[in-house]
Amino acid sequence: MTRRLTGTNSAAIAAEFVRARTHAGSPAMGMVMTLIVVIDEDAVDSALEAARLASHEHPARVLAVVLGSSRGSADVDAEVTVGAGWGGEMALIRLSGEVVRHPESVVLPLLLPDSPVVAWWPGAAPVDPASDPLGQLAQRRITDTQTSTNPSTRALHVQCAAYSAGNTDLAWTRLTPWRALLAVSLDQHPLKVSAGSVSAERVNPSADLLVAWLASRLRVDIVRSVSDGPGVTEVVLETAEGPIRIQRDDGRHAIFSSPGNPDRPVALKRRDVPELLAEELRRLDEDNVYAATARYLTRSLASRPGSRRSPIRKGSKK
Amino acid sequence: MSPRSARSTTPRNPLRDPQDRRLPRIAGPCGLVLFGVTGDLSRKKVMPAIYDLANRGLLPPGFSLTGFARRDWADEDFAQVVHDSVKEHARTPFREEVWDQLAEGFRFVPGDFDDDVAFEKLRTTIQELDQVRGTGGNHAFYLAIPPAFFGNVVGQLRKHGLTEADDAWRRVVVEKPFGHDLQSARKLNGVLDEVFPEGSIFRIDHYLGKETVQNILALRFANTMFEPIWNANYVDHVQITMAEDVGIGGRAGYYDGIGAARDVIQNHLLQLMSLVAMEEPAGFDALALRIEKQKVLSSVRLPDDLAATTSRGQYAAGWAGGEKVPGFLQEQGISPKSSTETFAAVTLHVDNRRWAGVPFYLRTGKRLGRRVTEVAIAFKRAPHQLFNPAATEELTQNALVIRIQPDEGMTVRFGSKVPGTTMEIRDVTMDFAYGSTFTEASPEAYERLILDVLLGDPPLFPRHEEVELSWQILDPILDFWVAQDKKGKRPEAYDSGTWGPASADAMLARDGRVWRRP
Repeated sequence: MTRRLTGTNSAAIAAEFVRARTHAGSPAMGMVMTLIVVIDEDAVDSALEAARLASHEHPARVLAVVLGSSRGSADVDAEVTVGAGWGGEMALIRLSGEVVRHPESVVLPLLLPDSPVVAWWPGAAPVDPASDPLGQLAQRRITDTQTSTNPSTRALHVQCAAYSAGNTDLAWTRLTPWRALLAVSLDQHPLKVSAGSVSAERVNPSADLLVAWLASRLRVDIVRSVSDGPGVTEVVLETAEGPIRIQRDDGRHAIFSSPGNPDRPVALKRRDVPELLAEELRRLDEDNVYAATARYLTRSLASRPGSRRSPIRKGSKK
Repeated sequence: MSPRSARSTTPRNPLRDPQDRRLPRIAGPCGLVLFGVTGDLSRKKVMPAIYDLANRGLLPPGFSLTGFARRDWADEDFAQVVHDSVKEHARTPFREEVWDQLAEGFRFVPGDFDDDVAFEKLRTTIQELDQVRGTGGNHAFYLAIPPAFFGNVVGQLRKHGLTEADDAWRRVVVEKPFGHDLQSARKLNGVLDEVFPEGSIFRIDHYLGKETVQNILALRFANTMFEPIWNANYVDHVQITMAEDVGIGGRAGYYDGIGAARDVIQNHLLQLMSLVAMEEPAGFDALALRIEKQKVLSSVRLPDDLAATTSRGQYAAGWAGGEKVPGFLQEQGISPKSSTETFAAVTLHVDNRRWAGVPFYLRTGKRLGRRVTEVAIAFKRAPHQLFNPAATEELTQNALVIRIQPDEGMTVRFGSKVPGTTMEIRDVTMDFAYGSTFTEASPEAYERLILDVLLGDPPLFPRHEEVELSWQILDPILDFWVAQDKKGKRPEAYDSGTWGPASADAMLARDGRVWRRP
């Protein structure tokens, strides 16, 4: 059930949550977190659909914040939904006028008591999420530099440079199945890797992270080459006994080749945002492996010869 | 039950990092051979679970599934059977790309369990899979067949050199019933033990694969607020219930002569009880858990008077949930003189320091009020000198209820003031529900257990010692019931759709207690 509140404030939205829950006959709360979604008006539907699906695995209070124009007098509108396919409750809050510069004042009173807070930017993200007013409320900050509409290598570099404990990017989440397969391949072939390569479409933050992860873990040079995609299309690890190769041309099926074994097919589908978000919400502590990978990427960019345009350093973001 | 149990990883894989908790556990190269592909277990549980595992990306590349049955099928016919079962019963969405790569690894070997030619074909099939699919010689044999055939099958497996491989593992998976009494359980184990080492025998008690059952350990040992009162000082008694609303359906052949106690109490309920009652294990590895479970099961003592402390019944014809249903003795394939019980309740004492004086009441039955499995811890009443008796008239015992299925979750019941100007106390409940989390996102019990078999991770599988201890607890009760039969005292009839026979209520009433209505 959805109820619309116009010209409202946090207290009225909070009261509406309680009213709607009591009205539905179940005043108990089984919610495990608050999820703040910061979105543009035209991305509301897709982002909320992803949040709704993820809320089945992680019952949450979802606070979707749409920042409108900051001109004019302050106005807060909200749509409060309880039930209707949500594994928790949701408020879509539209801000306009001066209050756009103070969204945290609206969100803070609505955070669930004493439970984790996650902020998610499905589209454009702040340059430094950890110092963003809404990001500061959260211990987990999820960005997406590989959005379907606007993947950006530069955005990835910016996020990696601004890394702060609790930050993570869906470009990293997208890699989990690849990384799992690669880890398994070295379980089965405990060999020293002498070199490697990653092929992917030209702009693909996930591929850049994969290169950084492999290079930092294996301590060898990993070549990044460009293919027609979709996404990452091939990873090769060279060993003394021959190459370990995972090749995926159609974004769905992959062929796994390793020394002394027949080629084996394996399903390796590109995952959709709801699945990625659900994975991301499973653990809310710092992702140390992502942290190390982001730092490695930032360091290697800075040391790249001839690169005058070194990545933005933390602290110099604004 | 931890994902990171003591498995040796030599030499270190640079892509593995203990801090990298995103990376799932994926089994190494292997295949599964399924005996009894046409049975309910295979079609409703095993096949869908294999697909769901593949869909979650947890099966190794090249995983292969070989069916063995007395059917004149080609590989494609078998694939069709799996396809239908997956479409109907899988939990995760059907995805063509997952199915395609999985189905490439399907093989079928037709034959009888004593057919040498068929087992020779099975051997060549497996060898061919090792070459074509790279299964690496690692194979698990899943015996989804009646235990009477175990001997035949494992004998054939050994005869045809299928039970051992160089640098590779061979495992066998069996399902309950693990015998029908202590003696037969030992005999059955002897059959398996002769061919496979104990570490390669995986006994499936699917209850142990359930998230809610594993959560009993998390609830008890990850929290501070429950364990201090988890003993005889505060607990009055424990009720463990597994109720089904259905009758025996088409399982007359299996059920007649087995009965509720052997079917459910011996395995599921005693396992649940040992998780609820055990001391804190030193770790979540198989050995530490087994030690604690065995300690509890060895401490179980039966009451002296079994007539007063056990109850058994058979459902009678009647109306259940708005439907007219036949009684047990009228079911097809059941002798009208059958004394097999469809309801069983027993009282057990755990004679250790923690539980002395706290009875554990276990009950199970078919055609009961509704389908539910739960563990209820009932606490002692508080002394109420502060409140006059009238004020606490509506207050019963505090209780903590762990709902295993359905509607997985937990309820705490305690007293609270009735709003108003007088001091009046009544029961209120506080409820935690896992909600829809458990219906889609979490793996089904069989997924978890099959994955553990392929990984060789044994904590969730009962060992032979536990099976024997369970039979030692149950055997005297079963003997007592047989003696009752001989005296002409048959199982008591109870109306379908109710909560069991009057003797079950009398059993608790003697102790001044009542069954919860789950």
